Amino acid sequence: MSVRERYENEINAVQQKLLQLCNRSIETLEASFTALINKDLEKAQEIIDRDVEINKLEEAINDQVIKLLTRQQPVATDLRRLIVLLKAASDMERVGDYAVNIAKECLHIGKERFITSIELLEDMCFKTTMMLRQIVEAFIEENTTKAKEVAELDDQIDEMYGSMIKHLMRLSAVAPESVAQITNLSFICRYVERCADHATNIAEYLLYLKKGQRFELNN
Amino acid sequence: MVELMIKNEENKTVKTSAPFIGEGQKVFEKNTVFQSKNFNLWYGDHHALKDINLDIKENEVTAIIGPSGCGKSTYIKALNRMVELVPIVKTNGEVNYRGRNIFGSDYEVEELRTRVGMVFQKPNPFPKSIYDNIAYGPRIHGIKNKKILDEIVEKSLRGAAIWDEVKDRLNQNAYGLSGGQQQRICIARCLAIEPDVILMDEPTSALDPISTLKVEELVQELKDNYSIIIVTHNMQQAARISDKTAFFLNGEVVEFDHTDKIFSTPRDQRTEDYISGRFG
Repeated sequence: MSVRERYENEINAVQQKLLQLCNRSIETLEASFTALINKDLEKAQEIIDRDVEINKLEEAINDQVIKLLTRQQPVATDLRRLIVLLKAASDMERVGDYAVNIAKECLHIGKERFITSIELLEDMCFKTTMMLRQIVEAFIEENTTKAKEVAELDDQIDEMYGSMIKHLMRLSAVAPESVAQITNLSFICRYVERCADHATNIAEYLLYLKKGQRFELNN
Repeated sequence: MVELMIKNEENKTVKTSAPFIGEGQKVFEKNTVFQSKNFNLWYGDHHALKDINLDIKENEVTAIIGPSGCGKSTYIKALNRMVELVPIVKTNGEVNYRGRNIFGSDYEVEELRTRVGMVFQKPNPFPKSIYDNIAYGPRIHGIKNKKILDEIVEKSLRGAAIWDEVKDRLNQNAYGLSGGQQQRICIARCLAIEPDVILMDEPTSALDPISTLKVEELVQELKDNYSIIIVTHNMQQAARISDKTAFFLNGEVVEFDHTDKIFSTPRDQRTEDYISGRFG
């Protein structure tokens, strides 16, 4: 096997690990939504406990990338690819952290009845996970058109977030006794909105990888 | 365009204009030292350099990279007409040094080599004392005054960042020095004739990493006063020390650009493939 082939195999291995991290983070995020909707506190606790696995995956990617940078001293696209893998891993690990934050908010809400309909929040969660899945697909396929389309969806999430927060603010005025749950729900909305931002970041990284220039999408 | 006040050759202040380069940044166009125009070179039937068009600017380090046999050494050896030592060499097109074609019939090769010095892959000091190695060129140019020669030797050795290491043993044979020191003696020998351009043909390929670092630091210092063209097989070296990089392949210049650009976003796929180690 040539040195170049070995290098490409090692890059593929990092990409596979990133894919694994993406899947784990997205699944955990979905699980946190399910735990919220079903008030499944056991599941919420499990999400918190298993976060360490996602962190370890990110650390493994970092170590592999550092090893490749040191040993191969890549340039041009090879260098950009490693930088982008590193950054995407960091963003997806963050998505895992938001899932943990949502799980913690679930524990705070406990078995309490929701004081308002969370249909819009559910919709937001659904669209955000869809964005994340699509951006991972675009990233693996290196499809910049698809990545831009996914980033455009972020506007919808921002709008939903705005509406949801406005609604919760109004509610806090009329139901001050429920301010704790309103705060919990506001935080959850914020975490979901941030997850969608991370999908946009990954779209930007892909454009940087392919074009060698930085692009700001939907900021 | 921006208007500037500069001194002309007669030391009179005149108005001139310089182009804008870069995004909103005023950069003055540097003078060209070597301009190759449709330059071709053959070794017998072998077409070694094909339509080379390159502008090499003063006070810059220009790296020439490319796989073995791509013509990079041939090109820099053309710049001081060393290629003429090979009897079967034929050339056409132009290589202008400061505006004059060096292959023109009226161009004296001795004059050219006084202005364009060269450092080779393997350190090649003369089997003489350190002092005599440096004083060799100035003596050939007729300088006999000991005091002037002493000054030149010190200045050249200081310029090559080796004065402190050899000042107490100038009369010792240069062969007694390490490879890295010998290479810096060769650079000092080159500086002693006060050239305008220094050509370096893989100057660190026979050196250890510490000596390589010293020569690379020296190249960075020398570019304030000289224009340097360096052939290197070491991609990282080209990326570290050069301002511009030319990528040669099969006798052609595939790409010539700022080094940052070549090593981050090259325009040509062949450049990307070469610098990424996909061939060569």
